[in-house]
Amino acid sequence: MNLVFKKETFRDDFTFKNSPEHVRRFPFPFHEDKYMYTVNIEPHTPGPVNSVFEFPIDVDEHYVSEMEDRALVLKDDPLRCQALPHMQLAEWDLVELLMVSMSEHYPEHFTLTRDGDKWHWINRPLGIDQQFTFGDTATLPYPPMEYITRQCQGDFCLIDQRDGNLWMDAGIVTTQADWSLDFDIGMNFMEWHGPVPLAHEAGVFDRALKFLMNLQLGKPVRRLNWTMSINPRLDTSPENFHKWGSDRMTVTPENIGEKVHLRVELQGLWRLPRSNAIVFSIRCYLISMNELVSVPKWARRMPRVLKNLPPELIDYKGLSRYRQMTIDWLSRFDDGAPTSPGGQPD
Amino acid sequence: MSMNLMSGSTEIPVRVADIVQVSERVKRFRFEPVAGGSMPVFSAGAHVVVSMNIGSRRARNPYSLMGSVTDLSAYEISVLKTVDSRGGSVFLHDSVKIGDQLTVSTPVNLFPVEQRGRKFILIAGGIGITPMIAMAEQLTAQKLPFELHYAYRNDQAGAYADTLKARYGHLVHLYIDSRDERIPLDALLKNQPLGTHLYVCGPGGMINWVLESGRKAGWPEENLHSERFLAPPSGKPFSVVLERSKKTVTVGEHESILEAIEASGVEPPYLCRGGACGQCLTCVVSCDGTLEHNDHYLAPEERDGNQKIMICVSRIKGSNLVLDL
Ligand code: FES
Repeated sequence: MNLVFKKETFRDDFTFKNSPEHVRRFPFPFHEDKYMYTVNIEPHTPGPVNSVFEFPIDVDEHYVSEMEDRALVLKDDPLRCQALPHMQLAEWDLVELLMVSMSEHYPEHFTLTRDGDKWHWINRPLGIDQQFTFGDTATLPYPPMEYITRQCQGDFCLIDQRDGNLWMDAGIVTTQADWSLDFDIGMNFMEWHGPVPLAHEAGVFDRALKFLMNLQLGKPVRRLNWTMSINPRLDTSPENFHKWGSDRMTVTPENIGEKVHLRVELQGLWRLPRSNAIVFSIRCYLISMNELVSVPKWARRMPRVLKNLPPELIDYKGLSRYRQMTIDWLSRFDDGAPTSPGGQPD
Repeated sequence: MSMNLMSGSTEIPVRVADIVQVSERVKRFRFEPVAGGSMPVFSAGAHVVVSMNIGSRRARNPYSLMGSVTDLSAYEISVLKTVDSRGGSVFLHDSVKIGDQLTVSTPVNLFPVEQRGRKFILIAGGIGITPMIAMAEQLTAQKLPFELHYAYRNDQAGAYADTLKARYGHLVHLYIDSRDERIPLDALLKNQPLGTHLYVCGPGGMINWVLESGRKAGWPEENLHSERFLAPPSGKPFSVVLERSKKTVTVGEHESILEAIEASGVEPPYLCRGGACGQCLTCVVSCDGTLEHNDHYLAPEERDGNQKIMICVSRIKGSNLVLDL
């Protein structure tokens, strides 16, 4: 795909929009007309051309503006990026993973030249040209994780594995749906999953923990998660609840199409080779209801899914206030025709 | 959580680039990627599973990666020739020649260097030296202090003793059984600075001795690390019914359940093939005898429960086992 990077905002005047091509590549997460809870983990292997799964790290038309938004968040609140000292090796692992993937798959935008530990990185969209020594933090303007994640869409957490557990010991989190790195840093797997409803039921977490601890090199996995948010706001963190919490009150039947957004997180998990840590990536995709109904299949399916949500999920995702209004608005686009299986447009 | 994500592991075709006799019973093998380029980055403590076709049988043995994590032109392993009848090490020693092709898995690290550690005590017995060679390399590169204590049977058996001594000098301490030299474990365990981590690899008895002594000396469990490669023990043959795949296989005297199942074309998940990682855990539907648990993974309650078995190393005393596979 020929990428044209857009100039847009995720705050204040909210000029974010998807181009028609980007609407069609949106990772619509519902594979049938009703919501089914599954631990939908699959191998993170290349998907169809032009889909968000085509490459391990997806770069899209929002890249430059998202990176500007991240810089603003970090300026206001440097604690959104934290790393415990023992995670340094994992930080370098992440630098390698992201630079190699981005330069291999988007050579017109990114170039990486390696000569032993002398690396040269060129990021054309952001106008960066950096020579550095791999492994030597003093040769970069920021610590390694912060350096590269200021240039890569999505949040990243680096998870250390020790003592039969996983520890959230580093991360950069500026586009999160309602959780806090500052709160979770240094916590282990069971602790940071504490607040999820129905969570410790049926050994789900024990199984997930075992699965992650045995995650293999070269076999990353992914899953989609979703929620909804008002306005295309990337930073809906607890720290900033006072800024976005009241957005929900502003939804009216007249503005649903532009205000209500489906927010899909593409979560990836990779084993890192040098540190044996795990990187957990959380990439956020946003689509307004106006954009969503331009795909007839999604226009039909979305209200059907919203109607069938289990009540505890409606609460957990914070949809109570505007769910019914959204269903009513969307139902105008649902002619009742059957939909084809799978999430992709027809 | 679907299991097919984890089954097997990614296999890399390699060519044997070099074979060096290191000591009486140890040979070092150098594996270069057949496709050219470099091998995947690995970390000290990682192992690979080497697959070999021995006659009509496919053997898969885990070996620690040695050498420097910065040299990725090839992987190197060292193989102790053991005269168990399973034949993997004998095959590598006697039949594999320079230029032959084998496959190795992507590296798996069940014995990683704890990045919060301030000091490292490495204890190796015999062939257990191999992961420690990579560790010493990595710790040196990371400028972390370590000492290596290496015990072996006799003068002919000390693979890499001289090289290590030459490279690391006073950081390396050698103990030769035949000269009645013993690792001064009690003294070692005493008065170590906070943040010291101990790593041990070697024969089972030695590992138990070190871990037990560590615990007795008041070391926290998190600071004691061990890796044992348990070869699947032999035993009387028995049959295994794979209930979901509707297959019946016979597990031979010198074969593991996992190997017998693989030979039938079913590929259960595994990582260590040595009873340590938990990956091959399988549910038992029924068994007409008793389960012989040989792993280090299952908790005592789980062993007694008779509902789970680690098929890479465990067997049954009996004639028929039905598995949920
Ligand atoms: S494969 Fe690791 S315990 Fe069996």
